This record gives sequence, C-alpha cells and structure tokens, in this order.
Amino acid sequence: MKVELFFWEGCPSYPEAEELLADVLRARGIESELERREVSTQEEAEQLHFPGSPTIRIDGRDVDEAGASAAPALNCRIYYLPDGRVSPVPSREQLEAALA
Amino acid sequence: MTITLGTNAPAFDLPGVDGRNHALDDYAEAQVLALVQSCNHCPYVQAWEGRMIDLQREYGARGFRLVAINSNNAATHPEDSFDEMRARAGREGFNFDYLYDEDQSLARTLGSERTPEVFLFDRDRQLVYHGAIDDSRDDHNVSTRYLRDALEAVFEGAEPPVTDTPSVGCSVKWKR
Repeated sequence: MKVELFFWEGCPSYPEAEELLADVLRARGIESELERREVSTQEEAEQLHFPGSPTIRIDGRDVDEAGASAAPALNCRIYYLPDGRVSPVPSREQLEAALA
Repeated sequence: MTITLGTNAPAFDLPGVDGRNHALDDYAEAQVLALVQSCNHCPYVQAWEGRMIDLQREYGARGFRLVAINSNNAATHPEDSFDEMRARAGREGFNFDYLYDEDQSLARTLGSERTPEVFLFDRDRQLVYHGAIDDSRDDHNVSTRYLRDALEAVFEGAEPPVTDTPSVGCSVKWKR
C-alpha cells in the first residue's frame, strides 16, 4: 500500500494530519511507510494536482475525493468532519474509510 | 513586525460588505474594539467564525465591537475577493463588520501574520491583547478562551490574564 502525504509549509496543519495518519495506520496494523512530499510552488501544485495542504493519497486515491478536484493551490485545505464542522485536517473516519 | 501591547489602534477607512466605508473613528462609542485579521478561504477562520459571531452577540450590548478585516490578495486567492466576502457574510449571517483591506495597508500596519489573528483595543484604543481567539480551532476541545477572558478583564477595568498568544491559522496572502 502506498501512503502519501503532500504538504505546503505555509499551512500549519500538516503535522497534525501526519500524526493522525500515523495513528490510524498503527491502529490498523498497516506497516506501509509514509511518503512525505513538500509542495512549494504553484507550478508544483498544478503538476501534482495538489488542492491544498495537507493532501493524503492512498494508492494514489485522495482520502477526500470530494475535495480533490478543487483548483491546485498553495492553500490550507478544507475538510468537513462527520458532523459538518470545518477542519483543516481530514477526520479519522475519512482516513479509516480510505484505508478499508 | 506585529504591533506591541500599548500601541494605539491604527487609523483606517475601508469598504465593508454592507456597502459603506468604515473608519476607526466610526467605532468611537465602542468600549472595546477587536480587529480580527480574517478572510474567506481559510479553514481555520471558518472553524472559528461561529465563535466570532457568538462573541459579538454576547458582548455587543456591553459595548464590544468585532471588526473582521480581509487583506488577502484576491488575484491569487479569488475566494477572498470583495464579491466573495459579501456572499460569505450573507450566507453565514455575520453580525460584525467585514472590511476589505485591498491594498493591505492595515495588515501591514498591524503586522498581521495569520488568519484569524486578534488585535484587541481597550477604551483608549491601546492594544491589550493579541493572538488567538482561544486555544483550539476545534470548538469541542477548547480549554482557555483567551479573547473572552480578555474581554471580561477589560470590562472590569483590569488587564487581561493573558496578553499575547500565538495565532494559529493560514498565512496572510501578500501581494508581491
């Protein structure tokens, strides 16, 4: 299983996302190595179809497909928690569903 | 560089989403004035927005005015354009003024770095608190309500228990 974390240094949310992702992987007994990739220019964002930071892909599929089609940008990415609240990181439920 | 405690509120005269211009002097009757560096697109702002509305509703009658300022470069972040500001303010039911600092001069004077970032001024319009609204963008995990505590202190004529905290949020999108 390929697990990728794309991040932009200008948004402070990626360490929290990385920690949550590592915790979910550990809880599910998945030993895949997390590949971290920094996105630092708009050109890179466009090349990588990076809709904001953080973006997590499992075997190439975004954990939040609804948000994956947003315009590539060096932004903090918006996620929605199961109760509808806005969050700068995906929910545990989203990560678990993507890994199922 | 961010302004320091005791600094006087900077003068401004900016267009608001209500179709009028708003100057610092227009808030002369406010006992306490919070300028909040803000924007549309940032998830941190969106996560805290409801608490901004709550604070204005709860403390407005005591003379508190919260004024949100968007200084982001709309050329690179079109979600932060003036039109989008008007749309968001209407959709979310903002009960505070939301002003457009298109030339970024107010943000530069304040030394803003993040959205959201609070600059709280007392009756004499001196900075008495700077930083975050509270200690968690997740409203289920808040333990210390910095801005609320600062407001209570200022209304009692005291110094806020905490006067400076790190702002956690998106960077201000500067023009090149």
